[in-house]
Amino acid sequence: MRIAVTVKQVPETGDVKMDEVTGTLVREGCESIMNPLDLHAVEAALVLTQNHGGEITVISMGPPDAERALREALSMGCHQALLITGRAFAGSDTWATALALSHALRQCGPFDLILCGEKATDGETGQVGPELAALLDVPLVTYVGRIVEVQKGKIIASRYLEDGCEKIEADLPALLTVVRAVNSPRLPTLRGKKAARSAGISHLDESQLGLDPERIGLRGSPTRVEKIYRPQITRTSRIFHATDEKKAQDAVEEYITFLREKGVLR
Amino acid sequence: MAEANGGRLKDVSFELLRWGKTLSETLEEPLTSVVLGHGVGESETQALIERGADRVLKCDHPALSCASVETQSRALSVMVLQENPSVVLASATTTGRSLLPHLAAKLGTGLTADCTELFIDEKTGDLIQVRPAIGGNIMARIRTPHHRPQMATVRPHSALPLPHNPSRRGEVEVVPFHAEWEDTRVRRIDFTPSSQDEGIRDAEVVIAGGAGMRKGENVSMLRELANLLGGKVGASRTAVDRGWCAYPQQVGLSGKTVTPRHYLAVGISGAIQHLAGMKTSETIAAVNNDPDALIFKVADFGIVGDVFEILPLLIDRLRKESHHAF
Ligand SMILES: Cc1cc2nc3c(=O)[nH]c(=O)nc-3n(C[C@H](O)[C@H](O)[C@H](O)COP(=O)(O)OP(=O)(O)OC[C@H]3O[C@@H](n4cnc5c(N)ncnc54)[C@H](O)[C@@H]3O)c2cc1C
Ligand SMILES: Nc1ncnc2c1ncn2[C@@H]1O[C@H](COP(=O)(O)O)[C@@H](O)[C@H]1O
Repeated sequence: MRIAVTVKQVPETGDVKMDEVTGTLVREGCESIMNPLDLHAVEAALVLTQNHGGEITVISMGPPDAERALREALSMGCHQALLITGRAFAGSDTWATALALSHALRQCGPFDLILCGEKATDGETGQVGPELAALLDVPLVTYVGRIVEVQKGKIIASRYLEDGCEKIEADLPALLTVVRAVNSPRLPTLRGKKAARSAGISHLDESQLGLDPERIGLRGSPTRVEKIYRPQITRTSRIFHATDEKKAQDAVEEYITFLREKGVLR
Repeated sequence: MAEANGGRLKDVSFELLRWGKTLSETLEEPLTSVVLGHGVGESETQALIERGADRVLKCDHPALSCASVETQSRALSVMVLQENPSVVLASATTTGRSLLPHLAAKLGTGLTADCTELFIDEKTGDLIQVRPAIGGNIMARIRTPHHRPQMATVRPHSALPLPHNPSRRGEVEVVPFHAEWEDTRVRRIDFTPSSQDEGIRDAEVVIAGGAGMRKGENVSMLRELANLLGGKVGASRTAVDRGWCAYPQQVGLSGKTVTPRHYLAVGISGAIQHLAGMKTSETIAAVNNDPDALIFKVADFGIVGDVFEILPLLIDRLRKESHHAF
């Protein structure tokens, strides 16, 4: 099987700092890691190639430093890595990201399977996978919590939905987005780490991908982030101390009133 | 986009109409509700009109009721090209979050995920899409200046549905299904509905328990509360690790993210990993005997007290409440 996994480099913590004056994110002093959900996509690819043979290509779009996320995937056992990088890609929204990834996947393909994380922890959109499937015109299976089997040009997987679990059969090539429950990612081996350190990572820019500069980066992005700000804390924080039985009863009474005010009790 | 499940419309469809209604009034454009599915009856489409839609476009076919995003996306793209709406909205459910990006990519337009607020910029007429990012620590305002339609998925429970208005009139148009829309590359082969306690992701109310519940048996109190409030039971990781609750009920960093209308945390300390999964709930309440528990920092309503004193009182009180109601 030839598998492609898309991985994104994201800031490490949820506590990203913001410049209150300019309203932009402060990336300095913030460690970057591979998007945690993409580790699960990498793991799923590794398991599949262990069972069926084949090769895994990991692809990322980002600054040159995103090579580190790719090397992590290589150290886990992936075979090749590609980085789409260049100033012109800065400011890409999900559409422009999916477009650039689709060009790279076409150029380096064909692939039997493309795996993406459900969503990235920074943007949290979860849109790149489905958009990529649409641009490549391959069947899309989202929210995959279990890969059951691959055989005779088909993949069987379970999707975790709000009201239950849906078992799907899809023709290959297909694109899957995976959720955490799909597996537990392995740790890189020492040997893997060593090999990854010196592995060559190919860089691709817009001209190598045959992309019109008008269609990439901020210029090619249909959406514009106009402003970012801290959410106002609207929590009212009414706290009741139920120190005796009477106070406990009062507190419960207040809670009922609260639920009614908020439309929870009708 | 209305969302149906086995012929019944989901509540999120009506919540979405409230947002749609406000926008359509500002834009002075009609509000159309699109129903793709199989076996959605007349009373259901009528309900869409009574709760805000000016028109309903309904396309009914077995191929639209399951699995294939491609089939739905094709049908929808044909309708969008015909109707030329300025805004397309869907709920940010697993369905909406799969279908809308697929459609947006095909149409070559922008899409904003998981919005909690939408309004029209009076100057330009553009749709302003507001969404939380980075675990709810930051809000972003997004616009789609040069592409149409402007598309967004909207977080469930971010608006209350409009009340039924039986005097509202509107037309229901049936769009015939075209055989070439059907994409058979993805097929549903089985479906297992989740058990009562598991479907916390789209529950209106989540009653979650933690280490403070002390024993597995005590979780029955949470279930009772959930029944009385029309909700589902969630859990902290500790409650799951101890086997009191199942993993699909876990809320937090390594479990689910939920945004119910109301979240009640019982005997949960409010570790940052737990907060990550629930702090953008619309309202939060907590019962904990430690006044310094972190959970109180994110709670709108807190009771400092013993779970085994407060919960029986609350259950008793709510039982009386539901007797009044019937
Ligand atoms: C990588 C990682 C991922 C994690 N992911 C998650 C996750 O997804 N979800 C999650 O929940 N946790 C997660 N955790 C664990 C998290 O850090 C906490 O350990 C966990 O949330 C604590 O659960 P708790 O609040 O139930 O227990 P505790 O922290 O032990 O809190 C119990 C609370 O109950 C109160 N209490 C005790 N008895 C009573 C009583 N009789 N009446 C009233 N109150 C009482 C106590 O005051 C205390 O505040 C994760 C941790 C790590 C390291
Ligand atoms: N810049 C990127 N490079 C490679 N893959 C990406 C990139 N952005 C997003 N993805 C993939 O798309 C998934 C969803 O990301 P998002 O839509 O940003 O939440 C991620 O888990 C990755 O698999």
